[in-house]
Amino acid sequence: MQPSPMDTTALNVVALVSIGAHPTSGRPRRAEQDARAVELGLRLAGEAMQVVHAGDARQEALRGYLGMGIKQLHVLEQPAQADVLHALSDYLLDSDAQLILTGSQAETGEGSGMLPYLLAEQLGWPIVVGLAEVERIDHGIAHVLQALPRGQRRRLQVQMPFIASVDNAAPLARQSAFGPARRGELTVTAANVCPDQLFKEGQLQPARPRPKRLKVIKAKTGAERMKAATAKASGGGGQVLKDCSPTEGAEAIFKLLMDEGVLR
Amino acid sequence: MMLNTVLPILLFAALALAVIGAMKRFAMWRRGRAAQVDWIGGLLAMPRRYMVDLHHVVARDKYIANTHVATAGGFVLAAVLAILVHGLGLHNRILGFTLLVATGLMFVGALFVAKRRLNPPARLSKGPWMRLPKSLLAFSASLFIATLPVAGILPAGFGGWLLAAILLLGIAWGVSELFFGMTWGGPMKHAFAGALHLAWHRRAERFGGGRSTGLKALDLDDPQTPLGVEKPKDFTWNQLLGFDACVQCGKCEAACPAFAAGQPLNPKKLIQDMVVGLAGGTDAKFAGSPYPGKKIGEHSGAPHLPIVSLDGKALVDAETLWSCTTCRACVEECPMMIEHVDAIVDMRRHLTLEKGATPNKGAEVLENLIATDNPGGFAPGGRLNWAADLDLPLMRDKQEADVLFWVGDGAFDMRNQRTLRALVKVLKAANVDFAVLGLEERDSGDVARRLGDEATFQQLAKRNISTLAQYRFNTIVSADPHSFHVLKNEYGAFGGDYSVLHHSTYIDQLISSGKLNLSQHQGASVTYHDPCYLGRYNGEYEAPRSVLKAIGIEVKEMQRSGFRSRCCGGGGGAPITDIPGKQRIPDMRMVDIKETGAEIVAVGCPQCTAMLEGVVEPRPQIKDIAELVAEALVETTATRPAQREAVEAV
Repeated sequence: MQPSPMDTTALNVVALVSIGAHPTSGRPRRAEQDARAVELGLRLAGEAMQVVHAGDARQEALRGYLGMGIKQLHVLEQPAQADVLHALSDYLLDSDAQLILTGSQAETGEGSGMLPYLLAEQLGWPIVVGLAEVERIDHGIAHVLQALPRGQRRRLQVQMPFIASVDNAAPLARQSAFGPARRGELTVTAANVCPDQLFKEGQLQPARPRPKRLKVIKAKTGAERMKAATAKASGGGGQVLKDCSPTEGAEAIFKLLMDEGVLR
Repeated sequence: MMLNTVLPILLFAALALAVIGAMKRFAMWRRGRAAQVDWIGGLLAMPRRYMVDLHHVVARDKYIANTHVATAGGFVLAAVLAILVHGLGLHNRILGFTLLVATGLMFVGALFVAKRRLNPPARLSKGPWMRLPKSLLAFSASLFIATLPVAGILPAGFGGWLLAAILLLGIAWGVSELFFGMTWGGPMKHAFAGALHLAWHRRAERFGGGRSTGLKALDLDDPQTPLGVEKPKDFTWNQLLGFDACVQCGKCEAACPAFAAGQPLNPKKLIQDMVVGLAGGTDAKFAGSPYPGKKIGEHSGAPHLPIVSLDGKALVDAETLWSCTTCRACVEECPMMIEHVDAIVDMRRHLTLEKGATPNKGAEVLENLIATDNPGGFAPGGRLNWAADLDLPLMRDKQEADVLFWVGDGAFDMRNQRTLRALVKVLKAANVDFAVLGLEERDSGDVARRLGDEATFQQLAKRNISTLAQYRFNTIVSADPHSFHVLKNEYGAFGGDYSVLHHSTYIDQLISSGKLNLSQHQGASVTYHDPCYLGRYNGEYEAPRSVLKAIGIEVKEMQRSGFRSRCCGGGGGAPITDIPGKQRIPDMRMVDIKETGAEIVAVGCPQCTAMLEGVVEPRPQIKDIAELVAEALVETTATRPAQREAVEAV
């Protein structure tokens, strides 16, 4: 499953990492998905990959990434509530990066999951969401597997450079070891600071768990339950819109939201 | 006379070769890292350590103890006298007679060695070891006959040149095995390396009846200190010396639960592999039982080569190291007092701290310990949920208590919560002034340390120590032998010195001071399973038994109990690394338990409880000592006011 290192070691891979928070204790740690991004990068490019964090270099949790066997972690110095988008895109434009890996969503801060999209927009690069595996790369085109719900995979071809976000379908991050974490180097560079407008004006409030739709189990037998659990989410109500205008699409979505009672 | 001219040359040549070999061997050991030893004091203490401490272990097997006393005693005396009589030519009759007695004694001993080798048990190594009794016989017999003229029993020149030649041959064979074979790597190496190993042992506290079982701390403040052992030369030099002392008797192999379960570990082979590593070469010459499921001859190593290769084969496979339950049965059995567990943990440290290669659930458990202070990754705020209705006094409120009840991570385990609640009931019944740390308690660090994560262990230890430093208490009591051991023996290196008791010891004290009103245990017959970390690690075999006796239980002892107790399989992170074998260790232990016919097995450890309860039913019930005592508690009536009743007026 691991691609032969021959074809990818020369690849210039950058992983963007953030500070995570443990789900039960809330203590800072390496973020789960970001660590998977680093893992994917390590499998592709080995130790030559770059790992970049925009934020505070004094965060001990960053050493969790170094412990995966990375010699150096690049920190773009940013204050706590800055919008890191510009600092990152400036850095990445100068970096000859061919593949940028991120997690899908940060565990701390805003955690909107928007960063990879905004970054792709700024750089003008394609984005692959839910990257599960890079199968091979030839002539600047990456053949990758994208993770879809229920364990399905879609094979995509992307022209490099591109951005990819990984979620829990990507391989589990390797153990972070104390020795390399202690030896690893955090190189700090100053970067443009762009205050985050939203953070300035907005207020943070504790998240409420999203209400779940009631699950009515109609299955009578074990086999039916198994089928319900594994089959594609079909449901007769869905419809696939192809080659329609944005207005038609928006109208269809609006109608669905009304039907579902999300909008009133 | 041919003998008189050739014998001295032979003896002194052999001695010279022995000295050269000794120097070479010493240089090999010194490739290891520096270690502080008491050079002179150790050498002076060595004879006593040999005659008392080592003999104490060997004497568990009377046959080989007597055999060894005769053979080794005879040989040492014979060797010294042979040098005087035949080497220096002191043809004194008394010396001659003494030499005859010594060689005779050695010959008799050697006969018994030969007898043991007629049909040797599987644990013994074969190969050159099968030759040893013959060498002993040849040496003692030849020297005996060659000495007869000195004692005046036979005329000088008896037998002519033919006999002289035969005798010379016999003695030459003998001295090559017994003099320089000792330092050039033959079976007799154990005598030479063993004596020095006893002198410069890494845990000198073990001698004279002492106990030293806490793992040695890594110096994490100095970035130059290697994080564990990668290559044989990363061991301290006296550890290397210790490996060389192995006699390959296989007592460790016979006691090892992982070996018996068919997991790829054999403590004897591991020590021999370390010898291969320190000298360089392959394991092809090893003549004992292999690691179960691994062929001999495929592994090799050298002092400067990594011991474990994660991609291919090196000296030892990682799964061999991860099979160990750190039960210390091998160390307990080893007549040469070799420290297998130290070596295994040293190598694990490298794998975890440098390679990040803790197998199976290891990485997850360590991550949980770092992030939540408990191996299960439970929310730290739930640590006291098990006692929500018990109204436990908290140290933070009381600041001071006679007993600090160390709850341990069993707080998160529903089975262990029953034990904890039983213990609280007992403590309350005895009106003990106790308190718990509550949410301030963290994992003791036991599992992290056995998995090789010294960094996480030290972090947990230091935090626990600073928490404990805020409060005043006389004794820590814990129902978990692992926490007990770590608090008692391993926190000292970081400034935490406490009086720590296992709950069985503390309950025993409560009973003998009359603080508990106990009835007698009803019915079922009971056996007791000694936890490794209470027994072998801390020498507590009596208290649990005397507690059980106090509630009227006569323990039906298992074949393997006390210091020979077989591990439940739950120590050393073994359930986490989960190396497959042919059978499970707790299943084997359950067979031991069933052999006694007991209906209940009393335990004193949450790990043992979990492992033994994991055995499929039907099987005896598993009950912690605290539960058995709590069941036998008699509700005191004194606190209740006498019941008044209405009386019918006449």
